[in-house]
Amino acid sequence: MATEVLTIPGVRIETPSWGETLHGWVTTVDHKRIGLLYILFALLFLGVAGVEALVIRIQLMYPHNDFVSPQAFNRMFTMHGTTMIFFFAMPILFGFGNYLVPLMIGARDMAFPRLNAFSFWLSAFGGFLLYFSFLGGSGLYGVGSAPDAGWWAYAPLTARAFSPGSSTDYWTIAVLVSGFGSIGTAVNLIATILCMRCPGMTLGRMPLLAWLYLTMSGLALIGITPLSAAQLMLLVDRYLGGHFFDTQAGGSATLWMHFFWIFGHPEVYILVIPAFAFMSEIIPVFSRKPIFGYPVMVAATVCIAFVSMSVWAHHMFTIGMNSYANSFFAITTMAVGVPTGIKIFNWLGTMWGGRIQFKTPMLFSIAFLFQFLIAGLTGIIQAAVPFDWQLSLSYFVVAHFHYVIVGGILFAIFGAFYYWYPKVTDRMLSERLGTLHFWLFVIGFHLTFDLMHVPGLLGMPRRIYTYEPDRGWDTLNFLVSIGAFIQAVAVLVFIANLILSYWKGARAGKDPWDAWTLEWSVSSPPPVYNFAVIPTVFSRRPLWDLKHPEDPDSRYE
Amino acid sequence: MNAMVAALEPTPAVAAPRWTLPDRGKVGMLSFILAESAIFTIFVVAYLFYLGKSLTGPTPRDVLEVPIFYTICLLSSSVTIHLAGKRLERNESKPFLAWWLITIALGATFMFGTAQEWRRLIYEHGLTISTNLFGTTYYSLVGLHAFHVTLGLVMLTIVSWLSVAGNLRRQSRRVEVLSLYWHFVDVVWAVVFTVVYVIGR
Repeated sequence: MATEVLTIPGVRIETPSWGETLHGWVTTVDHKRIGLLYILFALLFLGVAGVEALVIRIQLMYPHNDFVSPQAFNRMFTMHGTTMIFFFAMPILFGFGNYLVPLMIGARDMAFPRLNAFSFWLSAFGGFLLYFSFLGGSGLYGVGSAPDAGWWAYAPLTARAFSPGSSTDYWTIAVLVSGFGSIGTAVNLIATILCMRCPGMTLGRMPLLAWLYLTMSGLALIGITPLSAAQLMLLVDRYLGGHFFDTQAGGSATLWMHFFWIFGHPEVYILVIPAFAFMSEIIPVFSRKPIFGYPVMVAATVCIAFVSMSVWAHHMFTIGMNSYANSFFAITTMAVGVPTGIKIFNWLGTMWGGRIQFKTPMLFSIAFLFQFLIAGLTGIIQAAVPFDWQLSLSYFVVAHFHYVIVGGILFAIFGAFYYWYPKVTDRMLSERLGTLHFWLFVIGFHLTFDLMHVPGLLGMPRRIYTYEPDRGWDTLNFLVSIGAFIQAVAVLVFIANLILSYWKGARAGKDPWDAWTLEWSVSSPPPVYNFAVIPTVFSRRPLWDLKHPEDPDSRYE
Repeated sequence: MNAMVAALEPTPAVAAPRWTLPDRGKVGMLSFILAESAIFTIFVVAYLFYLGKSLTGPTPRDVLEVPIFYTICLLSSSVTIHLAGKRLERNESKPFLAWWLITIALGATFMFGTAQEWRRLIYEHGLTISTNLFGTTYYSLVGLHAFHVTLGLVMLTIVSWLSVAGNLRRQSRRVEVLSLYWHFVDVVWAVVFTVVYVIGR
């Protein structure tokens, strides 16, 4: 299909040189380009953190292995966790939001384009700063390298006495800077969604993706900032001789734990709500039915955001809180399962009776539903305090949260790639490679993370460098590592698909999936200005109304 | 196709009502203020949590004096900035500038008060950020607020400079967004004042 570009008579468009193209991308304030920059930046860090995960798994493949030193192992798991959360998951979700939200609400750009570029570059330089620690982390003292205090960096391990050199400072400042970037993007998304909607797009007619990004951004404002505050305190401790987390001077290590998890748990929902957003767009289109229970979906999301603010201490059941606190956090944690369950039932309700098309985006979505359910169930298991006392800091916990983040969020992200790639590039991703990617990843994922629960139940603690051969963990750990390699191969297939399809893929045209939201009404890739004429909408599925003037949705809503 | 979307007649025909959306500047600033509130909340919680937990002196009761005059200055600057905004809406540049400069003067007086207090604490009582938990939490919380006041003063000064240069016509909405920030800084001081000088002593 021909691209819709308005040409001005008498103006000749020259092909820009490499330098001009690069300059254009670096200085861009266009939401689509910034979205792509976010996504490419995140994919880079997915690769880096993935390699770190493989190093961890090689080290744990056999008992008494010495593939890396214990010090390097600590750096690997710290960098893997920090990178995956702050420099892969957050940026890629913000990237999709940046790209899609203005298109879906009928706007020409974000509310604050320059703030948008600023936020992206803050996050990007945060990531580069974190990795510069491999070179600069030893500081003037000649000790330390990359950060090695774990991704939650519990006090007092982060104090000068226990973390000399500059590695912890690199971690602190990188995370702080990327946090400011996230806050900027969250402010921007909220302002965009509330103030830039096209005529007729009332809050009740917004695509669910916009609603979920609105909720996520609101949660990010109050969820990420506690970490920023705690990082500032840590900097005061390390540079100005403060005593916030200095137990020698009456400071409290527990307070850091509280501050970290007041950020840490909402963070899970900041990541998973965009994943829900992708599901809420993909599942209806491939079930050929409108989403089931739209208002309930919105209400459940907002409810999840609120409840998630009061569950953080379930990460801290083993520190000896009193029984009232334990009960409170156990109950709130279980309560989060209710709105989440509502969402799962609504997705099933959407699929029920639909003509389901098993294209790659839908395959990832169906896998998401199964895996996210299991991930949620092992979460509720651990909300039972005595059970958590047994399992806290074991590989069961590692398996649980990887089930959420890989089995849930990463699968949703892959689904989103297959769904929106045609819009961005005008090329379809190969279904054959896509199916191969899907099945390899499903097999690798389940081999790794299903089995990983078992050594946890058998008592294998997380973050150990190696283990004795007679514990009954060897075979399991070996298989877990094999699964990690299968996942790595699957990701390589995915990357190959992204690259090959860019040149070889079938032309997609405007609307390859016969979808209903506004981004599919413009050419692929969308023109710089998005919409030549700002559209007016009358229902939640404006393109359905357009394609079926005899039976528009606006008649029923 | 977009034109078609736009031209599509809805059934039943809905007369397109006037489409008004909230001002993005205000929504953006309010979101930013929400984020800032969370940061301040964490610092306030730390202050309250560590009250009376210092292992050595001095304690708040020994050294803190209630800065009533400077508090009145800062809180009344919220009123003057509001009056300034009203004048700008009516396009009266001179009275606007007058109220605006008074606001800056009040904010600067407040900062002078903080500077005096810190000088006294450091040189007369030997209380620094590394002395004890009280010093750490006090200088962090009050310092974080003072940092925000300073930032606000810089922005207010830029606006007054633009106003003198005559570039402020029809910018009253932007000035309003800035005054939202200033109000927020004042409200935070009310909280900090209560926590540090009322509860904390």
